[in-house]
Amino acid sequence: MIEHTSIRESSPTIDYGMVDHPGPVSWSDAARRDMAAIFARYPDKRSATLPILWLAVREFGWISPQVEKIAAEILGRPLNEIHIVVTFYTMYPRRPMGQHHIQICRNVSCWLAGAADLSRYLQQRLGIGPGETTADGKFSFSEVECLCYCECAPAMRLDNRYVGNLTKTSIDQLIGEK
Amino acid sequence: MLKLVTKNVGIENSHTLSVARSHGAYSRLEAAFAMTPEALTAEVIKSNLRGLGGAGFPAGRKWSFLPKDSPKPRYLVVNGDEGEPGTCKDKIIMIHDPHLLIEGIIITCWAIQSHKAFIYIRGEYDLPVEHVEQAIVEAKAAGILGETVMGHDFALDIVVHRGAGAYICGEETALLESLEGKRGWPRLKPPFPAVEGYMRCPTVVNNVETLSYVPYVVEMGAQPFADLGSERNGGLRMYSISGRVNRPGVYELPMGTPLREMIYDHAQGVTGGRALKAVIPGGSSAPILTPDEIDVPMDFDSLAKRGTMLGSAGVIVFDETVSMVEALKVIIRFYAHESCGQCTPCREGTAWLEKIVERILDLGGRPGDVDNMLRISRNIMGNTICPFGDGAALPVVSCVTKFRPEFEAWVRRGQPVTTLPVREAHIGEPVAAV
Repeated sequence: MIEHTSIRESSPTIDYGMVDHPGPVSWSDAARRDMAAIFARYPDKRSATLPILWLAVREFGWISPQVEKIAAEILGRPLNEIHIVVTFYTMYPRRPMGQHHIQICRNVSCWLAGAADLSRYLQQRLGIGPGETTADGKFSFSEVECLCYCECAPAMRLDNRYVGNLTKTSIDQLIGEK
Repeated sequence: MLKLVTKNVGIENSHTLSVARSHGAYSRLEAAFAMTPEALTAEVIKSNLRGLGGAGFPAGRKWSFLPKDSPKPRYLVVNGDEGEPGTCKDKIIMIHDPHLLIEGIIITCWAIQSHKAFIYIRGEYDLPVEHVEQAIVEAKAAGILGETVMGHDFALDIVVHRGAGAYICGEETALLESLEGKRGWPRLKPPFPAVEGYMRCPTVVNNVETLSYVPYVVEMGAQPFADLGSERNGGLRMYSISGRVNRPGVYELPMGTPLREMIYDHAQGVTGGRALKAVIPGGSSAPILTPDEIDVPMDFDSLAKRGTMLGSAGVIVFDETVSMVEALKVIIRFYAHESCGQCTPCREGTAWLEKIVERILDLGGRPGDVDNMLRISRNIMGNTICPFGDGAALPVVSCVTKFRPEFEAWVRRGQPVTTLPVREAHIGEPVAAV
């Protein structure tokens, strides 16, 4: 249920029916220092929205309703504008993520190289589907669109690095190392 | 074979300033600063350097559209939001030769008299972001960027801006919206970014690869650079070749290299010696070609004459074993997922195209589905704010038209299913209270 609160209200509460951080969230001192550096790069505050949200991901792991609220405050923007931005982009997680995030490319070059098969294999091995996290919180799995690693198809992004020329064996090895 | 922007790939630590400098980085700056901005722009126009992000607009002409008398600051925005399926080139420059890109940015900023540049890099590109940021820090420390550029009375600051996962942000006005901290909804043009771009200030948006060739235009001179390519398509460019070929990879080749040569010589032919079935010449938005259409020079104008496009030069090869119906599903699923939702024909059209091709593959195809796909696609084309709509519709039209019997056969296989009653709409039925 969405309560229609004024977007200009100073501290609106919007219940998105989503999970939230259990306790209050606040920026660390390190984050506040980085924030100042981020704002200094742009001619206006609004342009810093994407980097501030990246900072929030680093700080809190995911963008919860509470995190949206403190990001909106820092940026001086209405909460619903921040919600629109967060939900438009695919890389801001809106739920707690596993320790490791496996993103396998499903687009045409990887598909031609057998990505659909590898995706099924991964899902079987992890026991989860796209968009899910294993019960032990170790892995999150997503199927994503073109990672632009087509020359090394099939490819995936494992946390913050790219792995290409995937096979079932190399996938086993990568997962085993984690 | 001559290489320019990929020349330093494979050299150890090529992304660091000392190694890059020993291989020529920043050696073209003096020559550029010796020219007036107008002369430099004229030189780039003469070089026939095209916009290599995909649109192919002459780079120098784009620069010349900036208003001469605006009191507002001017910006250069570098498009590193690589995302066109089948394209994997810009990241190679950003990873291996970020100083070449920075040199291209400095020269371009001198030409357009801009003191601030943003490099918008796609969110997934951790290593390119890392290397470009490191390179900027090193360049600042060495006096190449900052209040003066190598002793010249010209200030320049470069900021890396990381995207967050949205293909549409590769479209230049969506990219500007995103840079301004909004969702990436393309803007209606005009005004063009040259007049009202970032923060409504005059802005030039150029692709990473385009800017990386600028130092070579200065080094070689416009005419020798132009002569490397074909008519009105100057220089070289990076071709990403993927799919069912023996040696997929990124190849830097002269503009106008024949497609057949790329597939059979450079990529060493179709996997397993199988027959070629189809080729996408310029990223998944480009209309597909059949084997009898591959004797074509790979440049913007030659491909446009044949009803397709060079786009981002992402060549995707399909062999005889690939089902084009399944391939189209993979392609259209992408567009349905990435449609920004702003324009109705694109938002609804791509979703319906995906639904229809999926039901055909689930043996639920209905008579008329094939024509319906064509009709929906034609209703998208030309009816949207940005080129995404055309990019989604064109591959559908070309694939369905050229491989129509395959689509018809799938629909026929599914016909028993279509005799089931079609589910009625919820009219008159009780609706659960919300």
